[in-house]
Amino acid sequence: MIKVSFKGAEHTLEGNTTVRKIIAALGLNPESVLAMRDGKLIVNETFIGKEAEIRLISVVSGG
Amino acid sequence: MGYRCRKCSGDSVINMRQHRLALCEDHFIEWVQKHAAEFIRKHRMLEPEDRVLVAVSGGKDSLSLWSILLDLGYQADGIYIDLGIDRDRDESGYSKRSLQYAVEFAQSVSPRAKLHVLDIKAVYGRSVTEIARGGMGAKRKYCSACGLVKRHELNRMTRELGYAVLATGHNLDDEAAVLMGNSLNWEVEYMARQALVLPASSTGLVKKVKPLARFYEREMAAYAIVRGIPYIMEECPFSEGATSLGYKEVLNSMERKSSGTKLKFYFEFLKAKKKGLLPNYVPPELRLCEKCGEPTGSTGLCAFCRLIERPARPVGVDTLE
Repeated sequence: MIKVSFKGAEHTLEGNTTVRKIIAALGLNPESVLAMRDGKLIVNETFIGKEAEIRLISVVSGG
Repeated sequence: MGYRCRKCSGDSVINMRQHRLALCEDHFIEWVQKHAAEFIRKHRMLEPEDRVLVAVSGGKDSLSLWSILLDLGYQADGIYIDLGIDRDRDESGYSKRSLQYAVEFAQSVSPRAKLHVLDIKAVYGRSVTEIARGGMGAKRKYCSACGLVKRHELNRMTRELGYAVLATGHNLDDEAAVLMGNSLNWEVEYMARQALVLPASSTGLVKKVKPLARFYEREMAAYAIVRGIPYIMEECPFSEGATSLGYKEVLNSMERKSSGTKLKFYFEFLKAKKKGLLPNYVPPELRLCEKCGEPTGSTGLCAFCRLIERPARPVGVDTLE
């Protein structure tokens, strides 16, 4: 299983997927977030295996 | 096609679809710095000998901007305006947490650069939140007051501290969101005024530049991360529901379907302005405020002085929108 954290919330998803699909599964826009694994940025096309911890970061700010 | 760095085939950390360009950490840093340098030169934002003051908020854009300017060899110091924003009215509020990130970055570049901190409450006796309670309309009064205080104080401090230019961290998404708002409302005068460089005036307005306006917001967040610059990720408590965030959401939805939409929207606007498709912006005749001496289009007091002279309402009479 993949653990995904975003804005303080944790989500568990099925593995063997891509970052883009993880972002879509959480209902987010890939243009509005960045993904990190093991403290490193990864691109949305990266394949994620069965086990991983992914952190999504919102890039949108301002008011 | 894999997503390897186009330059070295290493692991890419970002894929910029609008440029059809994926880059590794090192080549992304090199790309950002190269394009920032070209953008600054092309639009005559800064001269090599200029002393630059960077408006620092503790966020990704302003800290990345400060870092880039220092890496490019500019004499760039930072200024943090402590607005005293705090939803829960405690000492560890949003402004204080943001300040910590600005201080941390300043320490990492000391003694090459220094950070000036202006505490609004210490100078004017009230935080921006408290000032906002004194006047202005209801719904967006906090953001309006905040913007007004920042514009006034950043101009004043840049001039008083002897800097040639004030640099702000507006990215392309910020600019495209402003443009979208102005377009939807047919605010042609505001569109004519929206610029990468605002020149200095003889009445005391300092030169203002936006060196990051060619980069997407996503690129600036990535830059801060790969350069190891810690920044405040939480949002200002007053920004919830802000119109500009709605515009950004719409623009990002369009970008998702058609990459390059934001880039084209903004840069074609700049081209249209250059071609004269918008009326020339004629700045209003400015006078000096009777109280603070800052330039203003009004007679008597400037908007800032009128705002801070309004008596504060007792704490607790209204709540955060």
